[in-house]
Amino acid sequence: MSNRDQILQTIKNNQPATASPLPDIDFPPDVSKPACDKFIEALAGIGGASHLVKDYEAINAIIKTAYPQAKRIVTTCAALPAGEHLSADADPHALDNVDLAVITAHFAVAENAALWVTEDIVQQRALPFITQQLAVIVKKEDILNNMHQAYQRIGAEDYGFGTFIAGPSKTADIEQSLVLGAHGPKTMCVFILSGK
Amino acid sequence: MSHSDKDHPKLAEQFNADEPRVDWHDETLWWVRVKRDKAARSIPEWEQLRETASRIKNNVLANLSEYLIQFEEQATRNGITVHWAKDGKEHNAIVLGLLQKHGIDRMVKSKSMLTEECHLNDYLQQHGIEVIDTDLGERIVQMRKEPPSHIVLPAIHLKKQDVSDTFHEHLQTEKGNNDPQFLTQAARIHLREKFLTRRAALTGVNFAVAETGEFVVCTNEGNADMGAHLADIHIASMGFEKIIPQRRHLSVFLRLLARSATGQPITTYSSHFKKPRKGAEMHIVLVDNGRSTQLGRKDFRNSLKCIRCGACFNTCPVYRRSGGHSYHTAIAGPIGSILAPNLDMRKYADLPFASTLCGSCSNVCPVKIDIHDQLYKWRQVLMKEGYGSTIKKMGMKGMTFTLSHPGFYQFAGKAGRWAMKAAPFIINNKLNPWYKQRDMPSPPKESFGEWYKKNRK
Repeated sequence: MSNRDQILQTIKNNQPATASPLPDIDFPPDVSKPACDKFIEALAGIGGASHLVKDYEAINAIIKTAYPQAKRIVTTCAALPAGEHLSADADPHALDNVDLAVITAHFAVAENAALWVTEDIVQQRALPFITQQLAVIVKKEDILNNMHQAYQRIGAEDYGFGTFIAGPSKTADIEQSLVLGAHGPKTMCVFILSGK
Repeated sequence: MSHSDKDHPKLAEQFNADEPRVDWHDETLWWVRVKRDKAARSIPEWEQLRETASRIKNNVLANLSEYLIQFEEQATRNGITVHWAKDGKEHNAIVLGLLQKHGIDRMVKSKSMLTEECHLNDYLQQHGIEVIDTDLGERIVQMRKEPPSHIVLPAIHLKKQDVSDTFHEHLQTEKGNNDPQFLTQAARIHLREKFLTRRAALTGVNFAVAETGEFVVCTNEGNADMGAHLADIHIASMGFEKIIPQRRHLSVFLRLLARSATGQPITTYSSHFKKPRKGAEMHIVLVDNGRSTQLGRKDFRNSLKCIRCGACFNTCPVYRRSGGHSYHTAIAGPIGSILAPNLDMRKYADLPFASTLCGSCSNVCPVKIDIHDQLYKWRQVLMKEGYGSTIKKMGMKGMTFTLSHPGFYQFAGKAGRWAMKAAPFIINNKLNPWYKQRDMPSPPKESFGEWYKKNRK
């Protein structure tokens, strides 16, 4: 018998025989506050900043003034004129000198300020991690309430890689002092597109 | 060190030599526990979430072999290579084999308690492979040649001046600069070079989904992602109990994990790895290493529901005042104390006794493991199997004799009260473990029995 079969056989012999049906996942969303307000509050709590904007032009204007030091700006958002557009075939190591990456997210989650991003929209898996600063664009109507709604939305979607990003990279490994910018972005800013 | 030098009370005594540091450790971990409470209370359905998570995990344990087969099938279809290891040795050999096949002798690694359990770093170093731990806390303890002392906060036993000294020695940072911001920046520069130059990355696994064949890795620093997305080969090491049935179940666990661990609403990154990057390889090693045995122990199998949040560490009065190294095992704290004896009863016979059985661990556990009950049950198993210490055995026998002979019981009580008054040195000495770090209570004038005789009417 192969190793695999041996392990599986032992597990099968030892796993409890009691039936344990899967529970329903039924958690009503907290609607005490508008999702957008909750999102902004949660984001501030984890060290992120947010801008409510009406269109891409407004985003462009903010990027120009808010990141004066940024030499290399990369964007995966086709609607943004500012920034270099990336090819999916580029060597991820060449992203090491990216100062600012501007990406879009499929949706955001109000309860924890997480944004769902997949490989197809960032083009390079490494991009949102290797960049020194990160900006993410999300539509206001795409702010969901909680994680259950998030996975309902993801459904059976096929992706190679997907990630929830919540705030700048951080660590508190030295005496529990919070430091923003561990290995990934030192800042994170979210543009909430309201369309009006 | 021989076994007797390495037990929990002795190691805890070493940790307790520096009282201000112990106080700091105690208060800091309690502060993390308070943050956890705040996060939990912000969610009205918290208790229902715990119950749901617990029931999903019960379902996992009852269908583990089926879920693992399903996971293997799906992951393989996604282009991930699945390996099986019956113990730590096999796991290590698989990892080494993959590196050698690619001619790689340097690797970055993000946090994986499983690789600590398997002693992977030592093994790879013996075979000429350099391993760099990339979680900041783990890198600090790696430089100091120490094991992590906490599964979520690996360097919680250290103060910033320790880190400063370590970095001064290894990274040539300015001597005496203890600023966490400065030290973190130094580590960022040091580790970024490693991420950019290493062709292999090993990560742990927080959850693996049977339905889709994907696995999720959670970090705050982004180190797992930096390693994996820049390497040619990504190896993920996973204890097989990390499997969950469906993708939507992640919603329950991701809501619980970080809130229980540090009080954050979610970790900064919750990365779902489903297929290898174009041109890169992805491997997953499913490890048993005693887990299937534990699954067969009816009283202890629930310990396999653990999602490694560390909440039981932070709340435990014994852990907070004895430090992670006193547990002399990869996973310390209350959960470690019920996992370790499964692996080696003789070596870890002391751990289920490193508890006050106050039950706080069970109360904070996000998947409702009956940790303190299991600690109590392990004590019984260990004494029955003959692994209890001689002193404990003699003490138990002495108590049994005293409590079953009323005459002797009354005599012993009197003798004790007399000694505490007339000759306190008989009791207040270092042979009496109750006298360590505390004063004995003042003796009562009479026993309850004597009082009752006088006062009954």
